[in-house]
Amino acid sequence: MARTRVAPDFAVRRDTARCINCKACVRLCANGVHVWDEVAGAPVADESKCVGCHFCEEHCPTRALSIERAPAETTSGGHWTRSAIRGIGRQAETGGILLGAMGNDRPQMAYFDRLVLNAAQVTNPSIDPLREPMELKTFIGSRPDRIEIARGAGGRPRLGAPLPPLLEIETPIMFSAMSYGSISLNACRSLAGAAGEIGTCWNTGEGGLHPDLESCADRAIVQVASGRFGVTPEYLARAAAIEIKVGQGAKPGIGGHLPGGKVTEDVSRTRRIPVGSDAISPAPHHDIYSIEDLKQLIFALKEATRYSKPVGVKIAAVHNVASIAIGIVHAGADFIAIDGIRGGTGAAPSVIRDHVGIPIELALASVDQRLREEGLRHRVSIIAAGGIRSSADVLKAIALGADAVYIATAALVALGCHVCRTCYLGKCNWGIATQDPALTRRLNPEVGQTRAANLLRAWSHEIKEMLGGMGVNAIESVRGNRDHLRGVGLSQVELDLLGIKHAGSPW
Amino acid sequence: MLINVHRPSPVPDLDFKVPSGCGLTGLISQKGELLPGDAIYRSLCSMEERGNGLGAGYAAYGIYPDFAANRAFHLMCDTEDARRAAEAVLRRDCTIRHDEPIPTSPVKALKNIPVLWRYFLDIKPEAVERVGGGATEPDAVVRLVMEINRKVDGAFVFSSGRNMGIFKGVGNPEEIGEFFRIPAYRANVWIGHNRFPTNSVSWWGGAHPFGLLDWSLVHNGEISSYGTNRRYLESYGYWCTLQTDTEVMAYLFDLLVRRHGLDFDLAAQVMAAPFWTRIEREEDPEARRLSSALRAVYGGALVSGPFAVLVSDGKSLVGLNDRIKLRPLVAARKGSVSYIASEEAAIRCICPDPEALWMPDAGVPTVVTVEA
Repeated sequence: MARTRVAPDFAVRRDTARCINCKACVRLCANGVHVWDEVAGAPVADESKCVGCHFCEEHCPTRALSIERAPAETTSGGHWTRSAIRGIGRQAETGGILLGAMGNDRPQMAYFDRLVLNAAQVTNPSIDPLREPMELKTFIGSRPDRIEIARGAGGRPRLGAPLPPLLEIETPIMFSAMSYGSISLNACRSLAGAAGEIGTCWNTGEGGLHPDLESCADRAIVQVASGRFGVTPEYLARAAAIEIKVGQGAKPGIGGHLPGGKVTEDVSRTRRIPVGSDAISPAPHHDIYSIEDLKQLIFALKEATRYSKPVGVKIAAVHNVASIAIGIVHAGADFIAIDGIRGGTGAAPSVIRDHVGIPIELALASVDQRLREEGLRHRVSIIAAGGIRSSADVLKAIALGADAVYIATAALVALGCHVCRTCYLGKCNWGIATQDPALTRRLNPEVGQTRAANLLRAWSHEIKEMLGGMGVNAIESVRGNRDHLRGVGLSQVELDLLGIKHAGSPW
Repeated sequence: MLINVHRPSPVPDLDFKVPSGCGLTGLISQKGELLPGDAIYRSLCSMEERGNGLGAGYAAYGIYPDFAANRAFHLMCDTEDARRAAEAVLRRDCTIRHDEPIPTSPVKALKNIPVLWRYFLDIKPEAVERVGGGATEPDAVVRLVMEINRKVDGAFVFSSGRNMGIFKGVGNPEEIGEFFRIPAYRANVWIGHNRFPTNSVSWWGGAHPFGLLDWSLVHNGEISSYGTNRRYLESYGYWCTLQTDTEVMAYLFDLLVRRHGLDFDLAAQVMAAPFWTRIEREEDPEARRLSSALRAVYGGALVSGPFAVLVSDGKSLVGLNDRIKLRPLVAARKGSVSYIASEEAAIRCICPDPEALWMPDAGVPTVVTVEA
């Protein structure tokens, strides 16, 4: 193949005064950037292969390497951006669809950054979370609108009728769907272990349940997606909850494709497909062409599990998301996961990732509002997903109306991911988005579990501090509490859609 | 005369609240004896420094024996026209047995006095039917009150119970007590409120007590969960229109106790829920399941932030503090009369030698009920 004419994204700077020619970079880089030049007796870099994952930089024993953004090569900087020009260059060479991974990175999509939170002063004392209890326990599932009370011996009240099955999590943050296949088993082990350690849930994605993860299944939300990979009665029976995946924020309306190269023997066993075969998840479920069909699948899964666990539906945030959500509730779902336009993925056409769907903040606000107007809010829990980067994003999502959030990119970053956005290459140097045993063993699952659990702990602490600052001591008092949000620099239309006031407005 | 200059309309703009600090007092005769209004008046006036002259009010039960079977609606209206508009809505749904201005005495210091009127009426059966869905008379009253408060510009129903009435306005306890001739009434349950709003909105409707049906409620504190509670209540047909966070507590009691059939102890477990650490320590699995279910189902009704409230439905007087008791509340008893107030002094000034006096625990309701 002819050498690409597209200029590299990154410049590899090697400080020759520091380099000791140990060849560590040559051995470590799965992308083959660093090559040993026998003639020169020194490593050289093929920068066109560099994805900017910074693995070599962080592992160079003498810190001789630094990976820098290559200087912009055009004089235009506004409309004809570097990425637009580079994309055209690549397409002119290949005639193909541009692939992307992780989430949409366009800053104009981040409404979270234009929301601010409230705090108590004078009339309402703030509460010190180090001294007073501060509660984050959250339930996911459908609830009755009232409790039936029965009276036992001596008139003691007791529950008259059992509640529907609810998922109980100790912090309103769960790990979003990432299949074994799209990420390594060590990455799955890390997240599943961390979910168990903290008392929250992880999500199998459409990857099935690997035998090594069965011990973590009581904290697993298992996915039933259009490919039905790995779905067995045991898979459903072991799970904490079941999620029917209809859509994903990074690629609304399109399916998934795990290249045969990633379908190793182990992946094949877990997914129940032949080794080396492409795992294709069709764009639609071929048994769901309408809301009635969805209802049948929901109840088939409930029947299969004897109504013992919540069954939910994951959709991408699209224009008509509120009405779709109403339909999903009527179809019997116990929770709805909504994935916004910034949601991540292992691979998606960049054009779809960047241009299809709507921001989670707007989708969430409109779904929560519509469900309330229809008197259906108690019947379903809302899980918000797509680009949650910090505990502030979590709390803002909850104030807009989410019961809990899903995080995925943030969880991978905790494991070492540097968001180089080339998961689809299967050469993840950090041992996360790869099945290459030489790479996956770089991720120690015990260390990974500690780091992922630490992230949840840290965010939970921060949420408690923010709650205490608001004078609130339970997360449910912020749920849907848009009084605690204000917008900065938003138009009236945006404020109305979010159901909030502009900063500076009083109560 | 346009008096209500601060109250914006239309309704969607009404969704703000005025935080406040306050003094509360209440007393009940368990034998149903009628206690003169003089006692509550003196008790409330003793807590002068808990208010700033921008709101005071009283609720009294057993005051309308001649109309005990009828609903007593108290209305405040910006103008005579607004009153007539509200009356037209009342006539549509009710048979009015008697109506008259609420008796008042001139008090120089009071300003912006609205038109104050009381109606003794019965809801027509067809108005109840119109609500549909197995609705009862109280459901029709709630709907009627919400309709007038939301839709009739300048008219507010601030009391809608039977054989009870709420009297309130912008002024200090003496002024409002004198204005409404409180010492002249006799009631078996009384509650009173002295207000310290931290905002200059001086609208008479924003004073306490808040009432709906037989409920009356006074509150000291600020509800940090207001936005959650308000939106939770909206899905049950309660619309917060009175610009004070206290309103949500009155509606929560109506929803939980009247409509959902919880007793005061369970309603308190919802609003001032026990912490999970306590629920997990509970040894009786039935009790643990119930507490846990109450929190899972009624998260939207949990009230966060500092509060002390007194609430009555005419049969009971209930005092309740927030989960960590960030506002004062004291209770006492002598003979068949019980007292709950923000301060011990407010009790001792009308009952110098109580047989028992105690500080209710955080989140634990003090419930005193009239003997049947």
